[in-house]
Amino acid sequence: MTIGIGGWGARRKPMSLVREICRSNLKDLTLVSYGGPDIGLLSSCKKIRKLIFGFVSLDLIPLDSHFRNARQSGELPDVEEIDEGMLQWGLRAAGMNLPFLPTRVGIGTDVLKNNPHIKFVESPYDDKEKLVAMPAIKLDVALLHVNESDEKGNTLIFGPDPFFDDLFARAASKTFVSTEKLVDSTSFDKEKVANYNRFERNLVSGIIPDEGGAHPTACNPSYGIDLDHLKEYSKSAKTFDEYQEKYLFVDEATYKKNVGGIKSITSIPLTKF
Amino acid sequence: MADQFTISEICICEAAKVWKDDGEILATGIGLLPRIAVGLAKKLHNPDLMMTDGEAFLIDQPHPLGVGAEPCVDGYMTYSRVFDVLWSGARHAMVTPTQIDKYAHLNISSIGNYAQPKVQLLGVRGFPGNSISHRNSIFIPNHSKKIFVEGSVDMVSSVGFDADDVEPLIGKVITNLGIFDYQGNKNTLRLLSIHSTSSLEEIRDNTGFDFEIFSTDETTNPTKDELDIIRNELDPNNLRSSVIGE
Repeated sequence: MTIGIGGWGARRKPMSLVREICRSNLKDLTLVSYGGPDIGLLSSCKKIRKLIFGFVSLDLIPLDSHFRNARQSGELPDVEEIDEGMLQWGLRAAGMNLPFLPTRVGIGTDVLKNNPHIKFVESPYDDKEKLVAMPAIKLDVALLHVNESDEKGNTLIFGPDPFFDDLFARAASKTFVSTEKLVDSTSFDKEKVANYNRFERNLVSGIIPDEGGAHPTACNPSYGIDLDHLKEYSKSAKTFDEYQEKYLFVDEATYKKNVGGIKSITSIPLTKF
Repeated sequence: MADQFTISEICICEAAKVWKDDGEILATGIGLLPRIAVGLAKKLHNPDLMMTDGEAFLIDQPHPLGVGAEPCVDGYMTYSRVFDVLWSGARHAMVTPTQIDKYAHLNISSIGNYAQPKVQLLGVRGFPGNSISHRNSIFIPNHSKKIFVEGSVDMVSSVGFDADDVEPLIGKVITNLGIFDYQGNKNTLRLLSIHSTSSLEEIRDNTGFDFEIFSTDETTNPTKDELDIIRNELDPNNLRSSVIGE
């Protein structure tokens, strides 16, 4: 199964859904992500068979120790490491029902050497330029975290950057969205919808109300990145049992309690970059 | 000229000059020193530069690092827009690769055997696209043979001068020892100046491949104006002192 995870680095990741995958018997997953602690956790839980990615970073901590561990120990040899723009292109192609989108990105680099399945195409016009045909990245499932959603799947993302969540939703057969607040859409107005509604409700298959669901990543304007937690998480790469015991072998309600409660999550100051 | 200054301050002042003649483009300094350098460039050399707050907005003036001041926002620059801008070419970034070689290939992906790297780094991020779309200057805080490698970088994350159909746009290479570019014969690395704190011998000993010498002049030292802006406005808490061990 191929799962795409929205957000970017340590920002607006659907972490409670990721933790549920860690708790589940799902395995051998192909993951697609602008990677952060979602990828780190899933690699330490040995859920990943293949990773399609451009980077894995915790933003405030440049590298993710769990992902590094998995790569350096040889547990995660199957990676499709591509330019983050190629990742966007692959998702976009899937969303538009195209087999590929042309680009120059990747030419002259080991991205193409390491991914021989990515082919070239020649421009049919007079320029005859040789271009990379970035193949569509089709997802079985996309997982996203938003600020508000109604029961029909009309969602609002208030954060400063919507990232590529809309492309993940369009590339997927099914999209599941965790939301800070489940609201009645009579509270929406034209301005809100015009600015913050990034994709249509027909793309959304399920909604999970979950305040604090992005923790320890940021969900502006409600809370920033929990740097203290990310430090604890980073340290746990080599002694993962203890972290699992406290945060993964428990249900989400206990997780939230163990990180200090929902009030402490929503009082984490917004991150300055 | 000021009496005393650090290597970081020499680097920031020289780095700021790379954006001088760029006109109205997006300047991206990745990492602490390049970021301070963009601010200095905006204040002293090129007021038309566009710069981001590191999140999703353009700001009209650099805000002091680590002080928490709210920047004045005058534009929007989400990651999606960054791709639109960079593929058009209207950007000049300054980046810090983990390895660089004689063809100007950069590596930020991994060190060692690709299937099981000795050291897993960030991943290629946007380097492949950046390297063929817009100019990139390079800042190296610890000039050594581990970074300026003999032979090829372990994972080619950006286009080099050995490619058939494309050519990288490399600006200046600014290190803790000297200033370089890749404008030597057949795009060889070329020494432009040596910092007052370093020597040609030290540069040779710490570079894993041959380079041309255009000049062995001393790098221009920071002026009082430059230092005042860096110390009082851009980095009042002296975060820059942590970047180069000095």
